[in-house]
Amino acid sequence: MNELIQKLTPLHEVRVPTSRSIGNVETKYFNFANHPNFLPLELGEEIGPLSIAYETYGILNKDRSNAVLISHALSGDAHVAGTHWGEKAPGWWDDMVGPGKGIDTDKYFVICSNVLGGCKGSTGPSSINPQTGKPYGLEFPLVTIGDMVNVQRHLIDYLGIEKLLAVIGGSMGGMQVLQWMVAYPERIRSAIPIATALKHTPQQIAFNAVGRQAVMADPDWKCGNYYGSSVPAKGLAVARMIGHITYMSDASMNEKFGRRTKPEKQALKFSDEFEVEGYLHYRGDNFVKRFDANSYLYVTKAIDYFNILNGHNLENVFRNLKAKVLVLAFKSDWLYPSHQSQEIAKACKLAGVEASYCEVNSTYGHDSFLLEIEEQAGLISNFLKTVSNGHFNGSHEA
Amino acid sequence: MKRTEHEVISSWIDNGASVLDLGCGDGELLSLLIRDREVRAQGIELSDQAIHSCVAAGLSVFQEDIDTGLSDYNDGSFDYVILNQTFQQVRKPDFVLTEALRVGKKVIVGFPNFCYITDRFQIFFHGKVPVTASLPYEWYDTPNLHFLSIANFRDYCSRKDIEIESAAFVSKNKRIRLLPNLFGEVGLFLLSK
Repeated sequence: MNELIQKLTPLHEVRVPTSRSIGNVETKYFNFANHPNFLPLELGEEIGPLSIAYETYGILNKDRSNAVLISHALSGDAHVAGTHWGEKAPGWWDDMVGPGKGIDTDKYFVICSNVLGGCKGSTGPSSINPQTGKPYGLEFPLVTIGDMVNVQRHLIDYLGIEKLLAVIGGSMGGMQVLQWMVAYPERIRSAIPIATALKHTPQQIAFNAVGRQAVMADPDWKCGNYYGSSVPAKGLAVARMIGHITYMSDASMNEKFGRRTKPEKQALKFSDEFEVEGYLHYRGDNFVKRFDANSYLYVTKAIDYFNILNGHNLENVFRNLKAKVLVLAFKSDWLYPSHQSQEIAKACKLAGVEASYCEVNSTYGHDSFLLEIEEQAGLISNFLKTVSNGHFNGSHEA
Repeated sequence: MKRTEHEVISSWIDNGASVLDLGCGDGELLSLLIRDREVRAQGIELSDQAIHSCVAAGLSVFQEDIDTGLSDYNDGSFDYVILNQTFQQVRKPDFVLTEALRVGKKVIVGFPNFCYITDRFQIFFHGKVPVTASLPYEWYDTPNLHFLSIANFRDYCSRKDIEIESAAFVSKNKRIRLLPNLFGEVGLFLLSK
């Protein structure tokens, strides 16, 4: 009977009945760039030693050909799927990554690391500067998406993986995917950049700039020297609130909040009244508990610096790329609108890269890459299957 | 009918060529060309469902409009550009064919012949817009925007200096050689500029 159903259902609609959470997972640390072999950075400085938080799920096969690297977005971390001991909430892409899921940990060895400059276990501005014994703060050098990916490449080397089956990421994670495609094309068999852009546009920089200004305008920021005292909570929360507005869409906000107000009378004239206000406040306050304000400055700056076309033109940016590419965008995403993904697709066309571009229907806005799982999972799992079987465009890889 | 059409198209394509299929649907033709001609295949398609099927089949496909999707490509990017059963559905067939001839070294066009005998009968005796196997849609619900005959297309090619390298006509899954504008349900043309 099952076979019959499978025969009657188009491939991508076959739902895997056994998808489940991966269960308990733990973060590991990769330490490198020790004195005197500090890591040179794109903007000229160097840094070391480094500790990079990462998680892996699934089993690396014998010929080490089933490794999938996931790159996280601005506020993400190495904890993609499963749960940490004693915690209830699963990782940030638990719906997508796990046994029988879109990125199937029964088939693939999945890796994700926290970015350089982050605050979830990898060396960043809140880490101790070995030269002073105090947190780096603003003494931390500016880092780029290129530096983040260089660190990931070191991790992949350390894990003994010559070639990744795929590198996948959305938003800032998608920028890292593009960086892999340009910087280490020979190290990847496929790439899935999701809801991202070849370069940050003035509008995108502007939103990040306002977020940074909010942090720096908070008197508790103290030029980044707030460690050990009160953190710039108000500023960082406002930055996050702005962020959340840009991650949603008009339609998704309408559906989620409408013009609904809280039933109780407001204590103050301008305290939260509309549901959307309460939601943004809650999101902002929550973010402060889990994110470092200086990391927010550094990472958003890295995003703003991102321009994969630096020194290239559209025609030759992917010229050396043999990897297969799946570009995904979402119709309601106005922060990284689909025309930016189409530009990525265009660069693939011009370079003769084997690529697909798909615009997924979703009303969630930029958040779609985290929320619109079903259609996305179908596309990603089928794409990975064809790459992993070497059955892509009819060819069978040696 | 589709099978014979696909065989004709396949017979016109050199082994190992690069092919762009405009409106590739679920990728049936491209998969056939990969299997039989070992082509490097690329599709362009609008439908979500069809895109998913293409990705699942391991095909490279861009979700975009045929009317605009060609402008990204450099001249002569493909050995063949195929417009099979989509030519009559684009908004500006003249523009799309000109673009296809720029992007492809050769272009294959296939379309339903509006002056096929059954269509003529239906117009003449019923006084109604024909609904046939090759034109299966009612007037109020059809993706076809343009209605042309094999004779119309030949005229067009000669006016535009487009060379017809080969032509084939199909009815009821068979090749037709006699009076194709009357007995050919579908016209297929191999073109170059």
